[in-house]
Amino acid sequence: MMEQVLQHFKQQVHSAAAGKTALRIHGGGTKDWYGQALAGVPLDTRAYSGIIAYDPTELVITARCGTPLAEIEAVLAAQNQMLAFEPPYFGAGATIGGVFASGLSGPRRATAGAVRDFALGAVLLDGRGEVLRFGGQVMKNVAGYDVSRLLAGSMGTLGLILQVSLKVLPKAFAETTLRFALDQAQAIAQLNSWAGQPLPISASAWHDGTLILRLSGAQAAVSAAQIKLGGEQVPDQDGGRFWTALREHGDAFFDDTDSEQSALWRLSVPSVTAPLLDDYAQLIEWGGAQRWLKTDSSANTVATVRAIAAKAGGHATLFRGGDKAAGVFQPLAPAIDRIHRNLKNTFDPDAIFNPGRMFGHL
Amino acid sequence: MNAPTEPTFTLERQREVVAALRNLLPADCILFNEEDTRPYECDGLAAYRRLPMVVVLPQNEAQVVAIVQTCRALAVPIVPRGAGTGLSGGAMPIADGVVLSLVKLNRIVALDPVARTAIVQPGVRNLAISDAAAKHGLYYAPDPSSQIACTIGGNVAENSGGVHCLKYGLTVHNVLRVRAVTIDGDIIELGNGALDASGLDLLAVFIGSEGMLGIVTEVTVKLIPKPHTARVIMASFDDVVRCGDAVANVIAAGVIPAGLEMMDKTSTRMVEPFVKAGYDIDAAAILLCESDGTREEVEEDIARMSAVLTACGATAITVSQNEEERMKFWSGRKNAFPAAGRISPDYYCMDGTIPRKNLAQVLLGIAQMEIKYGLRCANVFHAGDGNLHPLILFDANQADEFHRAELFGEEILALCVEVGGTITGEHGVGIEKIGSMCVQFSALEIAAFIAVKRAFDPAFLLNPDKAIPTLQRCAEYGKMRVSGGQMKFADLPRF
Repeated sequence: MMEQVLQHFKQQVHSAAAGKTALRIHGGGTKDWYGQALAGVPLDTRAYSGIIAYDPTELVITARCGTPLAEIEAVLAAQNQMLAFEPPYFGAGATIGGVFASGLSGPRRATAGAVRDFALGAVLLDGRGEVLRFGGQVMKNVAGYDVSRLLAGSMGTLGLILQVSLKVLPKAFAETTLRFALDQAQAIAQLNSWAGQPLPISASAWHDGTLILRLSGAQAAVSAAQIKLGGEQVPDQDGGRFWTALREHGDAFFDDTDSEQSALWRLSVPSVTAPLLDDYAQLIEWGGAQRWLKTDSSANTVATVRAIAAKAGGHATLFRGGDKAAGVFQPLAPAIDRIHRNLKNTFDPDAIFNPGRMFGHL
Repeated sequence: MNAPTEPTFTLERQREVVAALRNLLPADCILFNEEDTRPYECDGLAAYRRLPMVVVLPQNEAQVVAIVQTCRALAVPIVPRGAGTGLSGGAMPIADGVVLSLVKLNRIVALDPVARTAIVQPGVRNLAISDAAAKHGLYYAPDPSSQIACTIGGNVAENSGGVHCLKYGLTVHNVLRVRAVTIDGDIIELGNGALDASGLDLLAVFIGSEGMLGIVTEVTVKLIPKPHTARVIMASFDDVVRCGDAVANVIAAGVIPAGLEMMDKTSTRMVEPFVKAGYDIDAAAILLCESDGTREEVEEDIARMSAVLTACGATAITVSQNEEERMKFWSGRKNAFPAAGRISPDYYCMDGTIPRKNLAQVLLGIAQMEIKYGLRCANVFHAGDGNLHPLILFDANQADEFHRAELFGEEILALCVEVGGTITGEHGVGIEKIGSMCVQFSALEIAAFIAVKRAFDPAFLLNPDKAIPTLQRCAEYGKMRVSGGQMKFADLPRF
């Protein structure tokens, strides 16, 4: 059955390559809005589904790209384990292939790591219709270049990611949420100070004078940290709801960000970066390293946001809304761009996979 | 094996290259007399050596750019080198090539205790970063056993790990940015001061690329807070399989130990007379199981893990009572390699990784190979992440023993691949395991790796004979090694 699906994928790739036509890879379509405009004939991954291997004591799960994220998280939860990068769904139909290709991580990212940090292996269907295996199902592996991590966040531009192996972690024994009243500059300073101490912080979010902090770990560690940090304890149920809503951009901050007139930016900057662009509404995550900004969509604003992110030592992504003609992702330096083109040409010589989804020419 | 190697280059070519380099560097940064270049003929894997034609020791990035441009113009291959502690021959010189040592780029450029980052040049030693960060209560997590000598540039090249990487990750998890010179002489920045960068994750593919994609000139590393305390459990088992099962059960109990190391009886008996760590040398295997963090957290973890180990049939359990005792328990594990050197004239360290559940099968296989090759093997195991280091003991002065050790090693790696693992967990492929790459990857996958190299290094001059075999080499290798009656590269033309 899965072999037939794979054969069908190969046929699609061969005919696209022969006709130099584009394929638009999608699973549940929950992140269709992310990246540049969609182009090409749809290639639906959802028939290629199923968990191939999962042994909780190995801390690794291997699944086909079309496997629903919800199925994976349910199977892990039954063993008290999790995808520690806390991937956003952005819709009920999210698949693990989409999680991997989009490279998006949730609130736990600053302390646990991103999708790429948990990528152990990937199987790729390249632009010639060949199946290539990179990495594996073991924690440590330095045989060959680490192409599976390169594929994480590649937006499907290098090929169809057929299968992934991810490291998983046990869920924390205890978790609690605290609230503090702090202005932006104080919150940034406080978060960086805490991050320099051995504290079980697993997520943070600042907005409009309030910092919300999540502690996760051994019960004793969480209790001790709570005493040390102070703050106001948020009831567990409200805390859980808050972090899920934040991950899914269901928080009120993210309302009205999906139009051409307004833009939601994701600024990825060093965590110590002083408050920037504070004329715009902001929500700060990842201990200061991820800053969500709501702006207008004028060309002037685009240029300013990009320049300020770059000056801070990071980059800016036009995450939702706005005018995508300005470019969703921060433009690349020429030498880096050349390597991107070479890699694209290596894996997808006929440029059939998600053309233009990341950058116009890739 | 230890006889001096003969030059494999012509003096005329050497003169030409040295003359060109003299325009770029002070004379004392260019070595070409045999007595000066001899120390660079090998890295930590001394069995593989070649006398370099020229060694250059640039003092800054501008000189690195100039060297690379000159080498490219003259089509001279470049082998980057850090401290030369690598265990896979990744820094072995290339005939007609230049060895580019980065040890003079040894400055900590900046250390920001608030941002918890350090910007360092590639020749800075791994441990020097943690030493510099210590006064801020911070350290750099990856701790390869050579950390006192190995450099961060080498760590980036090899994606080095250590005994704490199950919890704290490898180099790839602890480096934010790499600045490098490409073969075209361009300076590229992969990553930045933030947690991610625009475009494809080139940083991830660069780390662990064994000096084949670019020359590192600067690295930004993450620093993390030093745990308040750490304690280690030493548990004895009268059966290796039971010991392996105990590891699985610790993980299943929801604990990620800071370190989880296993040693078999051959290993404990090898190290105990040497370091007197207090190991139970009658046990079939011992397990070292560490927790770190706040005092409360460590107490909770130690209690939980001790209960699991007891339930799994540990015959004895000792918990370190103070830092001195903890260091004593670790000293045996950390000195396993030197101890092997004491009881055997030579040893050959393997580095396969396996799914942990197949440990018993692999150890049994290794025991059979000991008989087959007539050589002893001690097994130390990063049990938490499945990384096995069999130490094959041999005497190079005995005819044929090194050859047998090599075949023994190759067979272990083939077994690792067969059970779903990999030929190298942390030491790299280098020159040593290049044949075994053909066992793990198909011709198409190897062609893809070669293409990735060309994407960064179209001239194919950066450490070109390492890590990724040519398809021709795999074809030749396939002639010797036939697996299950199937030749892996049957469709390739033979040369």
